[in-house]
Amino acid sequence: MTYLSKTFLLFAGLALAACTNPDRFDDATGAGLDSGAASGLTGAASDPASAAYFQQAVGDRVLFAVDQSNLGTQAQTTLDGQAEWLMTNRDFTAIIEGHADEQGTREYNLALGARRANSVQEYLISRGVAADRLRVVSYGKERPIEICSNEACYAKNRRAVTVLAAGPTS
Amino acid sequence: MMRFMMSLFAALTLWAMPVQAQDSGPLRIEITEGVIEPMPFAAPDFVADTAAGTELGRNIARVISADLAGTGLFRQIPAEAHISRITSFESPVQFADWRAVNAQALITGAVSVDGAGRVVARFRVYDVFAGQELGSGLQLVGTRDGWRRIAHKVADQVYSRITGEGGYFDSRVVYVSESGPKNQRAKRLAIMDYDGANLKYLTDSSSLVLAPRFSPTGDRVLYTSYETGFPRIYVLDVANVGRRVLPTQDGTMSFAPRFSPDGRSVLYSLTQGGNTDLFVMDIGSGSSTRLTNAPSIETAPSYSPDGRQIVFESDRSGTPQLYIMAAGGGEARRISFGQGRYGTPVWSPRGDLIAFTKQSKGRFHIGVMRTDGSEERLLTASFLDEGPTWAPNGRVIMFTRETQGAQGQASLYSVDITGRNLKQVSTNGGASDPSWGPLQD
Repeated sequence: MTYLSKTFLLFAGLALAACTNPDRFDDATGAGLDSGAASGLTGAASDPASAAYFQQAVGDRVLFAVDQSNLGTQAQTTLDGQAEWLMTNRDFTAIIEGHADEQGTREYNLALGARRANSVQEYLISRGVAADRLRVVSYGKERPIEICSNEACYAKNRRAVTVLAAGPTS
Repeated sequence: MMRFMMSLFAALTLWAMPVQAQDSGPLRIEITEGVIEPMPFAAPDFVADTAAGTELGRNIARVISADLAGTGLFRQIPAEAHISRITSFESPVQFADWRAVNAQALITGAVSVDGAGRVVARFRVYDVFAGQELGSGLQLVGTRDGWRRIAHKVADQVYSRITGEGGYFDSRVVYVSESGPKNQRAKRLAIMDYDGANLKYLTDSSSLVLAPRFSPTGDRVLYTSYETGFPRIYVLDVANVGRRVLPTQDGTMSFAPRFSPDGRSVLYSLTQGGNTDLFVMDIGSGSSTRLTNAPSIETAPSYSPDGRQIVFESDRSGTPQLYIMAAGGGEARRISFGQGRYGTPVWSPRGDLIAFTKQSKGRFHIGVMRTDGSEERLLTASFLDEGPTWAPNGRVIMFTRETQGAQGQASLYSVDITGRNLKQVSTNGGASDPSWGPLQD
């Protein structure tokens, strides 16, 4: 699998509930990178039609409470932005990746990640994004973005990331 | 007791009947007892009939000793302490010399390499203090490369004759070999002897792979791979490493597979529209049947050894707990009622116990309970223990232990069902998700 070598500064930390310090996605997280998002897709963050803009300005991820898959207010705001962007940039499709923190068994976390990805998918569809542009996958606890073993890291790992791809979903 | 005579590589033959086999002699370990004093034994180098066999004779004795001592039930008396030397397999044993060093059990053997390059080994087990043979002498024939299996078979015989339980040394483990940091971990399937020898990789690390499961006869392995970008179940032929994906509907995810006791079908989890339920698929035809239909998570299913029941994990009560239902589905009864969250239940090959992962107060445990949920016993505790798998004799459990923090690494551990003899299993680098295969033929 390929990993992004770039480091993206996340300006729109808004998407990250409970994050006070500027967040750096030092992003080799495999998140999405298995699923066809090539680094060539990202483009310049200054271009509002670019995947980089989606990732950094719109916010490509939402976070969840322990064992939960329901979307909080902040998550809904981020997803409203995602839906709007996807409605404008119709050449893109997306794979929504659900993740869990390491506090749980491998199997349960796979199922939990699927619930989270599905919550995001349903929300985006409810905001008008065509269902056939969205697919979901769960990585369970296999692809943590933060690697410490405490709640500060777990909170960022309990996430669903909307990973863009050009072209059809399958 | 010893009816596994012919096999792919090794012919194990009853070679002599000097004394009648004893069902229970004075030499006996009851392994259900909580704390025991390990039984002292001596296993001198096997006598070599030819010069070429000398090293082989030493290596075989070494592996037998490691197997027995590794159980925690036996203690090896080192060669330096021996008074008698076994220089001829046929000469009478000087019991007084072995009693003097307090060897309660003595294993003697001879090894030779025949004209066809095959290894021929013979062995006897003695009850030193009774001054007589325990069981019958046996001869094993194997390939030169297969000498470790000969040693494991001898050790299985010794273990079995003394404990009255089946052995587990001539068995293999399939697992996930891990490398790289936590956020970029590469995983590939690996197979090895139960003691870590003869490691072989079954896949490369180009795709994420999870939780391999041996078939009942050890000929195939089920596992989950992200090869297509989505988790799907594959079946792999151990002998030729050929593999195929099991059919599934587009837009779904399948994982947590386990073979049925007859090896013909696969029990697994399927996620559709965010909801995970249990299904069973006939491997031959690819046709699948739904077993549960609930909005909760149903995963980690495992059959009872008779194939009539399924134990699984569900959060239908609000937290993950263990349930048992009939193999065809239907009403399930909850069996876990302790404080905490329960997962990955696995039915013992003996049918009497269920091993599980328990999460409680920020710690993980491997535990066992009876099939009605009673007599729960936690065997381990750490930052993260999960995914138990049973030794073929149902007396030992292997599992994944992962250490805490940014440098956290996974490794394999084993523990016996009394909670004793916890130890790390030798692997080449990081390792997780072990599946312990059957005793080999």
